[in-house]
Amino acid sequence: MTTDVLRVQDLVVHYHTPLGAVRAADHITFTLRAEERLGLAGESGSGKSTMALAILRMIKPPGRIEAGEVWLEGINVMTLPEEEMRRVRLARIAMIPQGSMNSLNPVMRIKAQIVDALKDHGVRLSARQAEDRVRDLLQSVGLQPQVAEMYPHELSGGMKQRACIAIAISLRPKVIIADEPTSALDVVVQKQVMETLARVQKELEASVILVGHDMGLVAQFVNRLGVMYAGKLVEVSPVRDIFTKPLHPYTQMLIASLPSLEQKGTFRGIPGLAPLLRDLPPGCAFHPRCPQALDRCRTEAPQFKEARPDSWAACHLL
Amino acid sequence: MATLLEARHLTKVFGGGVFDRNTTVALEDFAISIDSDRPSITAVVGESGSGKTTLARLLLGLATPTRGEVLYLGRDLQKMTQTEMRTFRRDVQVIFQDPYEVYNPFYRVDHVLTTPVSKFKLASTKAEARVVIEEALKAVGLRPEETLGRFPHQLSGGQRQRVMVARALLLRPRLILADEPVSMVDASLRATILASLRAMTLECGISIIYITHDLATAYQISENIVVLYRGSVAEAGDVECVVKRPQHPYTQLLISSIPMASAERTWSSESEAAPGVQAAGTAGCRFADRCPSATAPCLQTAPPLFQTEPHRAVACYLYQNAPTLATGEMVRVFTGLATPTKGISGQPGSGEAQHAGV
Amino acid sequence: MAQDPSPILTVPEAGRRREGWLPDTWRYMRRNPSLVVGLILLLILVLFVGIGHLVVDTNKARALSAPAMRAPSFQYPFGTDRQGRDLLAVMVAGTPLTLRIGFIAGFLGVGIGSILGFVSAYYRGIVDTLIRGIADVGLTVPGLLVLIIIAVSIKEGLTVNQMALVVASLAWLNPTRTIRSQVLTLRERGYVDVARLSGMSGPEIIFKELMPNLLPYLGATLVNAVSNAILASIGLEVLGLGPIDSPTLGMTLYWVNYNAALINGWWWWWLAPIVIILIVFLGLFFLTVGLDEIANPKLRRAA
Repeated sequence: MTTDVLRVQDLVVHYHTPLGAVRAADHITFTLRAEERLGLAGESGSGKSTMALAILRMIKPPGRIEAGEVWLEGINVMTLPEEEMRRVRLARIAMIPQGSMNSLNPVMRIKAQIVDALKDHGVRLSARQAEDRVRDLLQSVGLQPQVAEMYPHELSGGMKQRACIAIAISLRPKVIIADEPTSALDVVVQKQVMETLARVQKELEASVILVGHDMGLVAQFVNRLGVMYAGKLVEVSPVRDIFTKPLHPYTQMLIASLPSLEQKGTFRGIPGLAPLLRDLPPGCAFHPRCPQALDRCRTEAPQFKEARPDSWAACHLL
Repeated sequence: MATLLEARHLTKVFGGGVFDRNTTVALEDFAISIDSDRPSITAVVGESGSGKTTLARLLLGLATPTRGEVLYLGRDLQKMTQTEMRTFRRDVQVIFQDPYEVYNPFYRVDHVLTTPVSKFKLASTKAEARVVIEEALKAVGLRPEETLGRFPHQLSGGQRQRVMVARALLLRPRLILADEPVSMVDASLRATILASLRAMTLECGISIIYITHDLATAYQISENIVVLYRGSVAEAGDVECVVKRPQHPYTQLLISSIPMASAERTWSSESEAAPGVQAAGTAGCRFADRCPSATAPCLQTAPPLFQTEPHRAVACYLYQNAPTLATGEMVRVFTGLATPTKGISGQPGSGEAQHAGV
Repeated sequence: MAQDPSPILTVPEAGRRREGWLPDTWRYMRRNPSLVVGLILLLILVLFVGIGHLVVDTNKARALSAPAMRAPSFQYPFGTDRQGRDLLAVMVAGTPLTLRIGFIAGFLGVGIGSILGFVSAYYRGIVDTLIRGIADVGLTVPGLLVLIIIAVSIKEGLTVNQMALVVASLAWLNPTRTIRSQVLTLRERGYVDVARLSGMSGPEIIFKELMPNLLPYLGATLVNAVSNAILASIGLEVLGLGPIDSPTLGMTLYWVNYNAALINGWWWWWLAPIVIILIVFLGLFFLTVGLDEIANPKLRRAA
């Protein structure tokens, strides 16, 4: 029985700049099921990081959440007072932000940073309990107990990132949002960190939203994949379907452009450029680059609807 | 068979000064040679700490080797005269990884194009210079009117990188060193930029040394590959052999860790524990502390290159029955250029690269 | 290897559609109030001196040109001092002199400091060690002490310009160090490598690639240097080591001290120079803060 742990409904985020409103996220709608791994893939400027921040209500001015609802286990997070929202963050939804391994406090030992997060959420622990808790957390992310006494600079990139995961799961959240958790890491370490995340997710029976631009990486990890383009969600499907029968032309072309290790072939990029988010073309945002564009695409923005069971896409061709 | 660029016993050690006890061997006894008759694309693949960035800087003459030398047309870079250096600077170009850092924010993007034109006297009048620059931009699929006159922050990462490729083309070099040219560019644009690079080799006869951590793009673009691990060569040879049937344990680990965006290829089972850190200056194979097949000899002396197939060499004692190769002879395992008729779309002049304002 | 920082957050400043410079300027002024305050204060001074020269007879700044010890009145708005100087005239004549010392010393200091800093940081090696060594040693010696010794050893009376040179002799030390560290980071930038590979020579790279990016920083350093130079010169003058015949602000304070004006209750004598010195320093301070904001984009507040 799959229940929805998180439901995002028509979320709209704009950034107000002197040059106009930048439509970073435009009517995003999707659900996250219990114990599911959902991917949000997209290139730079697609709005995926904005989405992650918006779910946690961490958008700072000049950005603003203009509309939409985010239902977390039955509560609309957008209507909560700020004090309650603070408690929801980390305890119910945790985020591993982009570049977090570089945001660890360089003058605090790892143990202190974890305990800090716990204390901030009103968890009172004796010294002994704190030690045990920290050790358990580190173990669940595959780090030796000695790491608790170390400083961030003494750890490798992969270890730092796993320490960040430990902080994120310290209060056993139900939803973990990981934004480019492995972007600066080597391929081998990347795999280890993702395996750690998978293991942790299973233990906590939590759901994960993985935001990233590396389609291969996201695909290997998630059950369902959402593709974002120019601030819009253009397709959401089970990951196998995305690669075997992609619905949206952007998804199709994106997958075709990825280099394979199986055989040498042609280089197929997507011609043109992604549009500026403050200067979107009318109708479908992808139509200038779409080889299958119809006249309708130039004037009318397509609706995001279910084209196949459990596969959603926004395209007039469907 | 004359060589264009050659590195012999190239070694770079950092640290070890009067007050600095810690030394890091960034690159050890590395050799490579690029043929001057046959244009080729050679990939050098390594992760962070493999020494590939150091290698790039040494080959460009931006850093001096601790031991060994880099030769251009037979002349040691460190001993060149001004004129020879000038020729070198003109014949060997670079495309750097970071399309942001390479632009001086004070100037428009024209600056990176006009400087080499004037320094190397590629044009005698301003009008001529403009023509030369516009041609180069069009060759990489950019529209001059949308690119020139802009500041770097007004162009996207992909556009900036293409301007850099255009800059490399301007000088009609004989060799281009591309250091992670597409890693900071969006996935959809990577293919187009790589297609331009490939076209440069096939159409203009420019050789390319493609340095990257991304095996997939290396596989797609090159015919020969060198796998670096912590400053030494682990495996080298024909890219089809090395990628399809890797022999060195590190290469095998690397390939099995790559996440592919396909339904069939999935990540294999759990990886092994976190890598240990070998103390600097230890003799022995650099991969021994992580290697599942390590034996006693591996920890004592670094293995030489064994030529296990006509087009492959592996530095691993698992293959000690094969004949050894001296490091300078590694190039014997390289193959020639693949036939030009192999499907290349996206080259300048075809549909892909000429689309709207890239 | 982070991807392109979201285009949302990099709003281009240059190359914007010119909607007219007035709304742009107004908007910038709201974002950078320090700069505005600093400029206004300095403008007040400039007006004071400018209009003053037209309205007031600066000859009255010399001794024995007016009845002594008069409190401020309509005829002598700032009063007069013990030697019969019209204090308004003194202020009008002296302020530009003090400022001039500051500017000459500041410019010289930053000029020399820039050259040494750039050369030292770009070429590294033995040149760097030498220059840095001298600057470091120089910075540890108490500056005022050295200045006093220099001032005392000049046998004839000092002129204003000589004063400026005395202060300049030490003013280059700090700028050398700070500019050097800025250039050290800049020279690692990718575009410096590209410039080298494009065939540019060392000096060309310094002037064409590095210096333009440091202009805001150099501006802030200059204002700072001017401020320090003025302070140093006033310090020397109050000690009596300045140009004795010139009506600079520092010298006025020297006479204030010499005649114990504070104790004697001749408030108009010390009030005027102090207020003007205050305006000078506040103006320069706010200007530095304002320029700092231009030089360091991270300090920028959201519009």
